[in-house]
Amino acid sequence: MTQIEETNLLDAIGGVPLASTANVVEVTDLHKWFGRNEVLKGISMMVKQREVVVVCGPSGSGKTTFIRCVNHLEKIQQGRIVVNGHLIGYREENGKLVADKERNIARQRQEIGMVFQRFNLFPHKTALGNIIEAPIQVRGVPEDEAIEMGRKLLARVGLAHKEEDYPAQLSGGQQQRVAIARALAMRPAVMLFDEPTSALDPEMIGEVLEVMKELAREGMTMIVVSHEMGFAREVADRIVMMDEGLIIEEGTPEHFFTNPQQERTKSFLSKIL
Amino acid sequence: MTELQRTRPFRAPRPARAVGVLLLLGVVLAGCSGQKSSFHFEWDLFINSILQPDDQIKAGLVLTVVVSIAAQLIGVVLGIFAALGKMSKVRPIRWFANVYVWIFRGTPLIVQLVFFYYGLGVAKIYLWPDITIGPLTIEGAIQAGIFALGLNEGAYMAEIVRAGILAIDPGQMEAARALGMTPGKAMRRIVLPQAARVIIPPLGNEFNNMLKTTSLLFVLGVVELYNVFNIKQGQSFRPFELFLACAVWFLLLTTIWGFIQSWIERRLARGTPGAAAGGPGVRARMLSFRRPPIDASVVSGGR
Repeated sequence: MTQIEETNLLDAIGGVPLASTANVVEVTDLHKWFGRNEVLKGISMMVKQREVVVVCGPSGSGKTTFIRCVNHLEKIQQGRIVVNGHLIGYREENGKLVADKERNIARQRQEIGMVFQRFNLFPHKTALGNIIEAPIQVRGVPEDEAIEMGRKLLARVGLAHKEEDYPAQLSGGQQQRVAIARALAMRPAVMLFDEPTSALDPEMIGEVLEVMKELAREGMTMIVVSHEMGFAREVADRIVMMDEGLIIEEGTPEHFFTNPQQERTKSFLSKIL
Repeated sequence: MTELQRTRPFRAPRPARAVGVLLLLGVVLAGCSGQKSSFHFEWDLFINSILQPDDQIKAGLVLTVVVSIAAQLIGVVLGIFAALGKMSKVRPIRWFANVYVWIFRGTPLIVQLVFFYYGLGVAKIYLWPDITIGPLTIEGAIQAGIFALGLNEGAYMAEIVRAGILAIDPGQMEAARALGMTPGKAMRRIVLPQAARVIIPPLGNEFNNMLKTTSLLFVLGVVELYNVFNIKQGQSFRPFELFLACAVWFLLLTTIWGFIQSWIERRLARGTPGAAAGGPGVRARMLSFRRPPIDASVVSGGR
C-alpha cells in the first residue's frame, strides 16, 4: 500500500476551505421522481462545517440519487437544497422555485467537490492536467500557480511520480486519488463522495480510504455514500441510514453500531458487517 | 454507431502489390492492343498524361485538391454545429438541424449543385459573381460548387460528429460540470477533444470521398481534374487512354491521402496505452482507452 505523506493534505490548497455559513449543506424536504417512481420521499439533512456524514443503505434506497441532487446533477421536484448559503439549481421568484441559468448552476458547483464511483477522470489529460483543468478554465487561476498547487496535491495523495501519466496508465486506486485531488483543487466548501471505493479491487480500497480519512481529520466537510463501515466507524460524526427514499435512522457511529433502533437498520448491518 | 462501424482505417497497398497490379494491367493492355481489333492503345498519350502533365492537368489537380479541402472544412464546421443542434435542448434549434440533415442527405448532390448555381442565378437571388482576392480570381461556379459540396458534406458530418459525441461516456460531461464548467465549456474542453479521436477515421473516409466527388463540378463547367480529361478526350477522341490516366490521377490523390490519414491516426493515438507498434489497431485502441478497466458486475450498484 502506498504511504501517504504525513504533511497536511489541505495545506496544498491553502488550508481548510471555510464555508460562509455554519451549516454548509441544508437539505429540506427533498422529493425526487424518476417518471412516476418517487425515489426520494422527503429528505432533510443539515451538515455543519467540518462534519463528516456517511450515508448508507441498501441498493435502491436513493442514496446515490440524493448525493447527486446536492450538486444538481439531478433535477429535484420538491424541496430546497442550500449549499454554502446558495440555493442550488433554482432561484426564488415570487415565492416559487424556478430553474436557474446554467451559468449560475455552474458557479454554485464550484463550491461543491464531487468524487464519482467510476472516477471519471479525463482520459485525454495527464494526472496533473486533470487537476489543473478546472482551476484554470473555471476559476481563472494562472497556469503556473495551478501547476504548483496540482503538484502539491498529487504529492499529498502519494502520486508525485505520476503527474505525467494518463489515467489509462494508472490503477483504479491511483485514479480515484487523482479524482479526489482534482475535486480538492477547486477549494470546495464540501466534498461529496458517491461510493468512491465500490468500483475498486479490494487491495486498492485502503489507499483511497486513507486519503479520505486524512481529509476528514483535517476538517473537510464531507458527505460520503459508502458501505465501508470501518471507515464510518472511524471518522464519521454521523451515520445516516436510508431506505426506500427516506432517512430511517441517524446517529453517531456509537449509537449506530451498538444500539440501532430500527429493524431494517439491524438487518442491513447484519448483512454488511 | 453504424457510421463508425462501416468505416475502416485506410490500408495503404504494399509497394510490391501495387507494382504487381500495374504490371498485370500492362499485360492486359498490351494484349488488347496486340489483337486483330482495330483499336490501338496509345502508350505515349497515357504515360505522358501522368509523367509529364501539361498545365491544364496541373491546374485541374490543384483545383480538385483546393476545392476538396475547402468544402471539407465547411462540412466539418457545419457538421459540428448541426450535431450540437440535433442534441440541443431547445426545440427550434433541434428542428432546424434535423431539417437541414434531412434535406441535404435526402436529395442528390448533383441537384443541389445545379440548384445553387443555375437555380439561384436565374432566379436572381444570387448571381455568383467572380471574387478577386489579390492576384487570384475565384469563378462563381467554383464558389457555388464549394458552397454546395460543403453544405452537403455538413449533413453527413453531422451524423459522424454526433456518433462521436455519443460514444463518449456521459460520466465525462458530469465530471466536467461537477467541477463548475458550463455545458458549453465542458463540451469544448472535455467532450469534443475526446470525440475527435473517434471522428478522425470516418472523417478521413469522407475526405477520400470528397476528392472524388468534386468531379461532379463539371456540370457547373468547372474545369477540375475530371473535366480536364473530359475536354481532352472530346478533342482527341481517345477516351480509353485519357480516362484511364484520369483514374490513375485520382487513385494517386486518394492514396497519398491514405498515407496522411494513417499518419494522423498514429499521432492521435499517442499517450494511449498500446500505442507502440504491434498493439491492437489504432481504432481498437482509440475506442477502448476510454473504458476504465472495471468489472461490469461492480458498477451496477447505487442509486
